[in-house]
Amino acid sequence: MSIITEGRSGQKVLLMGNEAIARGAIEGGVKVCAAYPGNPSSEIIGTLAKIGPELDIYVEWSANEKVALEVAAAASFAGIRGLAAMKQNGLNVASDFLFNLNLTGSIGGLVVVVCDDPGAISSTNEEDTRAYAKIGDLPLLEPSTVQEAKSMIPFAFELSEELGLPCLVRSVTRISHARGSVELDDPVPLSRRPHFNTGRPLVNVPALAFHRKLRAKLHRCRDIFETSEFNEYLGPEQPEALIVASGTPGAYAQETLNLLKAEDRVGIIKLGTTWPLPESFLVRQLRRADVILVAEDVDTFLETNLKALCAQKGRELGIKRFLGRGSGTLPDVGEITPDCLTTAVAEILKISYEARPPEYARTAQEAVSRYAPTRQVGFCAGCPHRAAYWCVKTALALDGRDGFLVGDIGCYSLGFGPSGFEQMKTLHSMGSGAGIAGGMGQLARFGFDQPVMTVCGDSTFYHAALPALFNAIYNQANFLMLILDNSATAMTGFQPHPGTGQNAMGRQAPVVDIEAVCRTLGARIEVADPYDLQGTIEAVNRLLVDEKGVKVLILRQLCALVRANRGEKLYQVRVDQERCLGDGCGCNRLCTRVFRCPGLIWDKEKGRAGIDDAICTGCGVCGEICPQSAILTEEI
Amino acid sequence: MLQNKDPINVIITGVGGQGNLFASQILGQMLLQKGYLITIGETLGLSQRGGSVMSHVRASKRETLPPLIPEGLCDLVLALEPIEGLRILGSYGHPDVLTITNTRPIMPMDVLAGQAEYPELEVVLEKMNELSRRVWTVDATDLALKMGDPILANVIMLGALGGLKILPYDVRTFETAIREFFPDDRLTTNLEAFNQGRTSVKAI
Ligand code: SF4
Ligand code: SF4
Repeated sequence: MSIITEGRSGQKVLLMGNEAIARGAIEGGVKVCAAYPGNPSSEIIGTLAKIGPELDIYVEWSANEKVALEVAAAASFAGIRGLAAMKQNGLNVASDFLFNLNLTGSIGGLVVVVCDDPGAISSTNEEDTRAYAKIGDLPLLEPSTVQEAKSMIPFAFELSEELGLPCLVRSVTRISHARGSVELDDPVPLSRRPHFNTGRPLVNVPALAFHRKLRAKLHRCRDIFETSEFNEYLGPEQPEALIVASGTPGAYAQETLNLLKAEDRVGIIKLGTTWPLPESFLVRQLRRADVILVAEDVDTFLETNLKALCAQKGRELGIKRFLGRGSGTLPDVGEITPDCLTTAVAEILKISYEARPPEYARTAQEAVSRYAPTRQVGFCAGCPHRAAYWCVKTALALDGRDGFLVGDIGCYSLGFGPSGFEQMKTLHSMGSGAGIAGGMGQLARFGFDQPVMTVCGDSTFYHAALPALFNAIYNQANFLMLILDNSATAMTGFQPHPGTGQNAMGRQAPVVDIEAVCRTLGARIEVADPYDLQGTIEAVNRLLVDEKGVKVLILRQLCALVRANRGEKLYQVRVDQERCLGDGCGCNRLCTRVFRCPGLIWDKEKGRAGIDDAICTGCGVCGEICPQSAILTEEI
Repeated sequence: MLQNKDPINVIITGVGGQGNLFASQILGQMLLQKGYLITIGETLGLSQRGGSVMSHVRASKRETLPPLIPEGLCDLVLALEPIEGLRILGSYGHPDVLTITNTRPIMPMDVLAGQAEYPELEVVLEKMNELSRRVWTVDATDLALKMGDPILANVIMLGALGGLKILPYDVRTFETAIREFFPDDRLTTNLEAFNQGRTSVKAI
C-alpha cells in the first residue's frame, strides 16, 4: 500500500520522476512491465515491482533490454497494455527488435520509456535517444517536469493504440531522479482479456508495404500533435527573441527569464511532442521573432529539424537566426543547466547579469580550489572488487608477460581508476569485455604473446557476456574470464537477477547457476573467494599459464554494501600502532597509498595508519596486505 | 528566518553513503506539510561510491520550480561534511547564505594517499564564515556514533536546522514525515537524533 497505488484524482503528492512514470503507467492501465536496470531508469520498474502483485500487474526484470521490450510487446500483441523501461544504452540493445516492431505495429498500448543521461552523470556516454524516433518513424514525447513525466504516460498509451505504434517517452536524469509535486489522476478502467488474433500475423514482409503504412501512421501522429496540450507558447505577442525548448531546459527557461527580468522580451515555445514535429503549430509560433535559441539536452535534434522546417517554409517565415548548441551559444556537450541558459540569453539580449557580487564569486571559488580537494569515486569500504583487482594486479606482475584485463559495465567498471589499481584497460558496453578478450585470444597466430583476462559481473553475465563466452569457446579463443559474483546488481540498486533465486516481485525463482552454465559450455572452471588474496592470486596464476581455451574463475563474495546494510562485520579490525612503521618501514604506506580502502585512515600526527570504525565494514583484507602484519583482524 | 522568502533554495551536501538523499526527502516532506510546492534535484550518479553528492531542495508557495538551483542563489547550505559545504558555497553561495555544517571530515582518497591536503577544520569554518551571513556547527557524526549508528548524522543535522527555526518545521512535522519511512521501532531513535541536533547546534 502506498501513495502510488492509493492516490486518487486531484491529490497532490511528492514523487520522484521515476515513481511519477510508474504512477503514470498505473493510471494508463498497464498490465505488463519489463526492464533491465540501468541508471537513471531503474526506479520505474523498481517501484512497479513492489506494487505489481497488489494491483495485478506483471512486472519483471528481464535479462536485457531487448528481451524486456519483447516481453512488453507480447502483452501489446495480445491486446493489453505493456511498458518497457531502460537507459539510453539499453535502447541500443533493444533497437534491433524496435526497428521491426515499428513496421508490424502494435495492438494494445505499448510505451517505451528511455531515460537519457545528459552530462553522463551515471553513464559511460551521453547518447541522445531522440535520434531513434527519427530513424524508426516513431512518436516521441519529452516531459520537462515530474508532473509531465506522469501525465504523458497515459497519453502515450492512448496514442499508441490510436496509431498502432509503440510510443517513445524520453526522460532525463534531471527528471527521473528529481522529486516534485505531482497531481494525480484516476487509473483508466480497463478490463481486457489478453488474446492473440491468429488471423492477423505480425510479420513485416513485404517490408515496403509496411514501411508505407508506417509513414502514414506518422503523418496521422503529426496531426494529433498539432493540438497537443504538451506544446505551448508562453510570452508576449511580439518578442525580440524566442527560446524553443524541450525536456528540462523547457522548465529552466521561465526561471531564466525571471532572473533576467526579460519576460516581456522573450517568448518560450515549450515542446513536449518532439517527433514528428507539429509543423503548423511551430510555423505559427516561429513567426513571432527572427532570433531563435534552441535549448535541448545532448544533440541538436530540435535545432536541426527546426532549421529544416524553416528552410522548407522559407517563404512564410523569412530568414531566421538560429542559436543553440550548434552555434556555440550553448555548450555543445554536457547537460543544459539554468546557468548556461541564463548566460546565453543574457548575451543575446545584451543584459549584464550577476547572481552575486563578482568579488564574492572570486573569493568563493578561490576557497574551493585551495581548501576543498576533489573527491574521487572508488569502491566502497570492504568491496570485494577492490580485493579482486588487487589479486589481478599481483598475479599479472607475478606472471610477468605484460598481461592485461579488459572489462565492461557494472560497479566493477571503476577498476579503470585508482581504487581498482588501474587494472581495467578497456571499457565499452555490457558484455564487451568477453567479446574483446575473445578477439585478443585469437591473435597468438600473428605473434601476440600477452595473456588476456576479462572481467564481468553476475548481472552482466546474463545480459550480454553469455553469447561472447560461447563464441569464444566455439572458436577456441584463449583467455581467462573473471566473473565477479557479488549476488547483486549493485550498481543500480540491488535488483534481483537470474542468479539470485528471486524475481522482481519478490517471489522465489529458479536460480540460473553461472557455474553450471559455464561448465556445460565446456570452460575450465575454478571458484575462489576474493577476500582470500593468496588463494585468489594462485588461482589466477594457475589459470593464466593454461594456454588452452577459455578459463573461468568465479570470484564469489557478497557485495560489501549488502553486508553493511545487514549490519554484519566479518572482523573487528584495528592497527597495532607499535607495529605499524608508517613512512619508516619501506612499505610506502601500502594500505592508504596503494590499497586505498576508505576504511583506512592516516593519523598525520603519529605517522601511523588507523581504521575509521564509522566506515570500515570489517572485510579483513587489509590485514592480509600489510607487510608488517600491523593490521590486526579479530573474527567476530 | 527564511519563512518570508519565496522560493526557498536549500542545498544538502555530503559524501556518498551519508544519507544525503534521505535528508532531502524528509526536508521536502516536511515543507510539503507546510503548504509548499516542492522540487528536489538530486545528483545520484555514482553517489554511493564515496563521491561528492548534493541535493537541491526548492520550496515555493507559488509555483513548481525546476530541479536545479541557479548558481549563486542558494539560501541555506546543510553540510554533512565540512569541505563539501565549502564546495557548495563556491558555486551556489552569496553574501546572505546561511550555513550549517557537521564538524567531522571524511578524507578524500587523495588526502589519505598523501597526494592532497585536507585543511584544518578551523580554516574551513573561517572560510565558511567569510562566505556566509551566519554559520552554525554540529558534531553530528560524533553524536551519531555515540548513539550507535553513524548514519543518524543526517537526522541530527535536520534537527539542528529545526532548532534554529530557519525553516518552518518542528519535531512534530518531522515525526509525521518520517512515519512514512520507518517502522515504529526506528521512530524513537530518529526522534532522539533529531532532538540531539536541536539542542547541540552552536553558532560560530
Ligand atoms: S577491514 Fe580493512 S579493507 Fe576491509 S573494510 Fe575495513 S579498512 Fe577496509
Ligand atoms: S599499516 Fe602496514 S601497510 Fe599501512 S602504513 Fe602501517 S606498516 Fe605500512
